[in-house]
Amino acid sequence: MITLSVNGKKVSVGDSPDTPLLWVLRDTLGMTGTKFGCGMALCGACTVHLDGNPVRSCSTPVSAAAGKKITTIEAMAGNPVGKAVQAAWVKHDVPQCGYCQSGQIMGASALLEQNSKPSDADIDAAMSGIICRCGTYNQIRAAIKDAAQAMSKGGAA
Amino acid sequence: MSTIYNASRRDFLKTSALAGGGLLIGFTLPGAARLAQAAGEFSPNAYIRISTDNQITVICGLSEMGQGVHTAIPMLVAEELDADWSKIKVQQAQADAAFNNPIFGMQATGGSTSVRGHWEPMRKAGAAARAMLVAAAAERWKASPADCRTEKGMVVHKSGKKLSYGQLADAAAKQPVPAEAKLKSAKDFRILGKAAKRLDTPAKVNGSARFGLDVRLPGMLTAVMARPPVPGGKAVSVDESKARAVPGVTQVVQIPGGVAVLAQGYWAAKQGRDALQIKWDDGANAALSSEGVSKMLAEGAAKGGAVGRNEGDAAAPAAKKLEAVYEAPFLAHACMEPMNATVWVKPGEVEVWAGTQSQGPSQGILGQVAGVAPDKVKVNTMYLGGGFGRRFAPDFTIDATLLSKISGKPVQLIYTREDDMKAYFYRPASVTRFVGGLDAGGKPVSFSACIASPSLMEASGFMKLPADGVDEMAVEGIRDCPYDFPNLRVEYARREPGVQVWFWRSVGHSQNLFFIESFIDEMAAAAGKDPYEFRRGLLGKQPRYKGVLELAAQKAGWGKPLTAGVHRGIAVAQSFGSYVAEVAEVSVGKDGKVKVHRVVSAVDCGMTVNPEIVKRQIESAIVYGLSAALYGRITFKDGKVEQSNFHDYPVLRMDEMPRVEVHIAASTEAPGGIGEPGLPPLAPALANAIFAATGKRLRKLPIDSGDLKQA
Repeated sequence: MITLSVNGKKVSVGDSPDTPLLWVLRDTLGMTGTKFGCGMALCGACTVHLDGNPVRSCSTPVSAAAGKKITTIEAMAGNPVGKAVQAAWVKHDVPQCGYCQSGQIMGASALLEQNSKPSDADIDAAMSGIICRCGTYNQIRAAIKDAAQAMSKGGAA
Repeated sequence: MSTIYNASRRDFLKTSALAGGGLLIGFTLPGAARLAQAAGEFSPNAYIRISTDNQITVICGLSEMGQGVHTAIPMLVAEELDADWSKIKVQQAQADAAFNNPIFGMQATGGSTSVRGHWEPMRKAGAAARAMLVAAAAERWKASPADCRTEKGMVVHKSGKKLSYGQLADAAAKQPVPAEAKLKSAKDFRILGKAAKRLDTPAKVNGSARFGLDVRLPGMLTAVMARPPVPGGKAVSVDESKARAVPGVTQVVQIPGGVAVLAQGYWAAKQGRDALQIKWDDGANAALSSEGVSKMLAEGAAKGGAVGRNEGDAAAPAAKKLEAVYEAPFLAHACMEPMNATVWVKPGEVEVWAGTQSQGPSQGILGQVAGVAPDKVKVNTMYLGGGFGRRFAPDFTIDATLLSKISGKPVQLIYTREDDMKAYFYRPASVTRFVGGLDAGGKPVSFSACIASPSLMEASGFMKLPADGVDEMAVEGIRDCPYDFPNLRVEYARREPGVQVWFWRSVGHSQNLFFIESFIDEMAAAAGKDPYEFRRGLLGKQPRYKGVLELAAQKAGWGKPLTAGVHRGIAVAQSFGSYVAEVAEVSVGKDGKVKVHRVVSAVDCGMTVNPEIVKRQIESAIVYGLSAALYGRITFKDGKVEQSNFHDYPVLRMDEMPRVEVHIAASTEAPGGIGEPGLPPLAPALANAIFAATGKRLRKLPIDSGDLKQA
């Protein structure tokens, strides 16, 4: 058994250590907010936070997540930055099909945790690993800037 | 396909009281009536549910794949109902002939038809419901309905008395259905034409929106399949021992589509699939190669074919003749959510959960696969993680149905990204040969085109090549060429390399507008004219084309100086009833790398339901078109697809995203489609800008930056 900390809760799973974290979340724990897109860390749809850093869960063996804090889209509403990002996403009506947006929000909130005033180049660097086939990139950029501004005004909560 | 249905039936409404109280209203659309068993039978086509707590639910039979239909359809209803938009909810309908798309005559979402098909019937349903609520209030007040008005979910009497729709729901359900539901005139719209927020956004920012892949059923198995590496191939021997040894694997099943491994969860199924040892017979396509496909299509385009349009004499002599051959590749859709379906075949019935664009036809197809009647197939449409035409195809639902039937378990079939990329449902490759003639003054006198490509109509399984031998989708965008050419001829040469072709965002327009709008640019250059003025001069009889062309040029500052090194290209197109012109601003590096700085788009889509969604759909199509123009290609070698995932089938990313401006032309015309029309003008605007930047005319997609390298 592997013991994990998922969104602040301890859980034990019987998956083999090489199983990607993505499938432990989706199939073993039934948390389907984190999405499968490519299986090769090329598209970012599966992005979660490990100790606050964005990782591609499709290419992270579950054994590598043991002992670390795993945070998924399901916990974002309870996190000040995540909440600000979600509010900006709603304000800008960012999603179209919506499939990549869990990953986009996880990428954006990790960026804002580390950099409260990202430049366009910072946004490019943090977000270019996360593909959106509906082409919502300009709205994502605007929403990230808006969330940053709301947070600087103390409007995160 | 582009005919706008004009609903005119008088007695199209019926009501029924909701079990829990409230008003339920349904209506019959002609599309459904065409399929109806008996004349005069009222099978409800869509529903409005008004509950006593003032909640209004619009039940939508169309699939939400990002295009915003789960917001647009409720807006149509809410406008005529005079509803309070904040009280509107949307619910996905299950598959039922009653929800047939009036343009298709089947329940399906595609061809940018949703708003065009439902513009009038949905508003009439809202208007009828409103009239019944007014009648109920008037009866309660012993007043004349003429003394009552409605606003934001309330009926208001001239004395100032008010009752909410929820308070009136039970009484309204007992009112007779009005024979004629009067519609508002556009000047009175409060909701239509305004940027209402999307109803699906909240669920799509917190992980709770449920896509096909998110379905979880008790006892469900996950299936991953090994498919033939060459289209049409077959497994001749299967050694499943290593697959069975993978913990969690329960069964290995061979079906016509390939060999499936069923397991507890995706990871075990995928490990099992990877452990299969299969000997394949590659069949007739073993030697299929992209070089062979190009050669076959080029031969067709040179030879000529069935005549699709012929005016004057396109072979008439001209002072100057230009000839050019253009080519576009096969393309994958690469939806973010890989194809998948969950099916449970039970005795006498089938239940399906899938992100599908074709729930109506699926009932018949999957019923046949499972051996039950179509009405015993319950289809639950999930959110679609991208559609773009791909999810119109039944391959993944058929295979999942077979696997559930054989295993007796609910089965979720998942394509890996690689399976998805190699699944053979591709935008057709195409080669087109043009000849254009100019007189001594540079005025165009003749134009001819021969398009060689596979037939999508035949590939679709529900259409046939017309008697004239011209596939409508293979020639769309060229056959309807809007330019004033006195002599014009368009031909179609059908060539079938053996690849399953399919609908891809904007269908034939996706390649044909690249071809024709690039060739028009060539004619302008040969005539020594500005490409914008040249087009404008040939569009005198086409006010809507000309209108968007002028608007895009004006907003982009056509003719005005740009930053050094940045150049403009322009193109205009009509597809799915909407007119779009785009100006691309591009620079080309010494290494041949193309950078797109800005795209300015002008759209005339008739009356606008939701301008914000219109803008986003145009921008979305620009991004989709840009990915294809810069990178998209599916190629074959020794019968096998050479691409597999996003490293060798790249798509546009955040750091490459241009600024996009979308300008909507005011219009009182009936609405046109919006999910696709932004795409066709992008590739030619881009290629024409590259010509302006480098003097190099690109006649083949995707753009090869090696070709643009400066020595």
